[in-house]
Amino acid sequence: MDNMLHVSSSPHIHSGKTTQSIMRDVLIALLPATVAGTVIFGWRSLLVVAVCVASCILLEALFNLITKKEQTVGDLSAAVTGLLLGLNLPVNIPIWQCVIGCIFAILLVKCLFGGIGNNLVNPAITARVFMLVSFGSMAVQATPTIVDTVSGATPLVEIANGNSPSLTDLFLGTTGGAIGETCALALLIGFAYLLIRRVITWHIPVSFVGSVFLLSFFMEGFDFSAALSLILSGGLLIGAIFMATDYVTSPSTSAGKLIFGLGAGLLTFVIRYFSVYPEGVSFAILFMNILNPYIEKLTARKIFGGPRA
Amino acid sequence: MKKNNGFSVLMNGIIKENPVFVLILGTCPTLATTTNVFGAFGMGISTLIVLICSNILISLLRKVIPDNVRIPCYIVIIAGFVTIVQMVVHAFFPALYDMLGVYLALIVVNCIILGRAEMFASKNSVGRSALDGLGMGIGFTLALCSIAVIREVLGAASFAGIAIPFLADYKIDFLVKAPGGMVVYGLLIALVSALTFGKSPKKKEFSCAGCPGAKLCGSAACHGEKHEEKEEK
Repeated sequence: MDNMLHVSSSPHIHSGKTTQSIMRDVLIALLPATVAGTVIFGWRSLLVVAVCVASCILLEALFNLITKKEQTVGDLSAAVTGLLLGLNLPVNIPIWQCVIGCIFAILLVKCLFGGIGNNLVNPAITARVFMLVSFGSMAVQATPTIVDTVSGATPLVEIANGNSPSLTDLFLGTTGGAIGETCALALLIGFAYLLIRRVITWHIPVSFVGSVFLLSFFMEGFDFSAALSLILSGGLLIGAIFMATDYVTSPSTSAGKLIFGLGAGLLTFVIRYFSVYPEGVSFAILFMNILNPYIEKLTARKIFGGPRA
Repeated sequence: MKKNNGFSVLMNGIIKENPVFVLILGTCPTLATTTNVFGAFGMGISTLIVLICSNILISLLRKVIPDNVRIPCYIVIIAGFVTIVQMVVHAFFPALYDMLGVYLALIVVNCIILGRAEMFASKNSVGRSALDGLGMGIGFTLALCSIAVIREVLGAASFAGIAIPFLADYKIDFLVKAPGGMVVYGLLIALVSALTFGKSPKKKEFSCAGCPGAKLCGSAACHGEKHEEKEEK
C-alpha cells in the first residue's frame, strides 16, 4: 500500500514486461525449433546448442566480473544469443568452433560495445557471418538422420542445381541445413507465440518474407510453388522471425520496421540470385542492422504540437 | 612532455605517440601487409629506413625549402628514398618484394612519413629529427608485427611462413581476411589506449596551432588564425 501515491515522470503505466520476461518468451518460442532440430538431426544438435548457450552465459558473466560491471546474465539475453547461434549452426560443426563463435558474439559484438542495448549489430547474426567466413565446416551442411537421403546439399543449393525438394519436406524441415532453420512448422509456432505474447509485431517478419516471396515469384516466372519453396528454405524464417526482430538492432516505429524488413528482403533476394553465396539472410540482416540508426532517424515520430519535421 | 631530451623523442614514437595505435596513421599498409609476420616486418623496416632518411634530409633543408611549395618538396625527397629502398629490396629480397607488391611503392604516400616531415622534421634539428624517425619507425614496425603475429598465428596457423602443426586444425580464416584485420586493429587500439590511459597526448597538442593545414583549413576553429594572417598582410 505504500506505493499508492507514487510520483514520477512518464511513462506512468508499466506493462509489467521486463527484459527478462521478454527474453524468456523468446527462449520459449525457440523451443519447438530446438526440439525439431534434435528430432531431425539427432542428439548431437542438442550438444551444439547446449555448448553455445552455456558458453555465452559464462562469457558474459566472466566479462562482467572481470570488468566489474553490473551482472547482466540474469536478463537471459546471453542465453537467447547462445540459443539462436546454436540453432544457426550445422549439426556436425566442431565444438571448439562453437566456442569461438560465442566469444565473437558475446565479447566482441556485445560486451565490448557496452552490453545489452548498446550493441550495434545482432550478436548471433554477426557471429554466424563470422563463422561462415572463417570455417569451411559451416558450408558442409548436415543431412537429416530420420529420413533416407543421399544429398548433403541445402535446399537452396539443390534449387540452384535444378532439383527442388518437395514442399512437405521443406515445411517439416526434413532437409539439409542448420539445426534450427529447416523446420518451418516449428518456427511458425514460435512466431505465433511471440505475436500472441506481443513480444514482437508482424511488421518485420511479414515484410521481410513477403518481399523475398514477391521478388522470387517474379524471378521464377510467376511459379507459385517455386517461390514458396524459396521462402521455406535456408535461414529466411528463423532470420526474419527471431533475428531481424531484435529490439536493439531494429527500428522502433512501424514504418521503420516495414522499411527494415523490405530492405532485408531485397538484399536477401539479390545475394541469393546474384552472388557466390547460396544464402544471403544473415548478410542482409547484418547490413540492415548497420543501417538501423538511419532508418530510425528517417522515421522518427513528429512530436505532437512540436515544430514540423 | 619533455621535448628537450633526445631519449624521450625516441620513446615518444614507440609508445606515447605510436603512429599506428595512437595517431592512427598509415592505416592502409597496416591492414594490407599484416597477414604475414615476414611481410609486416619487411614493411616496417622499409618504412623505418625511408622515415629516418627523409626526416634527416628535410630537417637539413628546412630553412631552404620555401613554405609555399613545401609539400611537393617533401614528396620528391620521400619518393627518392622510397625508390632506393624499393630497388634494394627488389635486388636482395625478391620474396619480400613480391609479397609487398604495390605497398612498397606506396610508402611514398604513407601519412606517417609526410606527417613527421611536416610536424617534426621541418621544425627540429637534424639529430632530433633522426631520432624521431627512428622512434616512429620502430613504433610502426612493432605495431605491424604485433598485428601480424595475431593474424598469422591464429588465422593461418604459421609464423613468418613457417607452419605451426598443432594449430593447423584450429585456423580462424576470418583473421587473415580484410575484416579480420580491422577487428584485430581495433582491439589493439582499444588495448593500447586502455594501457596508456591518461598518458596519450592531450587533444590540445593536436589543436589548430599544431596543425600544418591550419592556414588552408576551412573549419570554424581555424578561422581565427586565418583571419589574423590576413590582417598581417
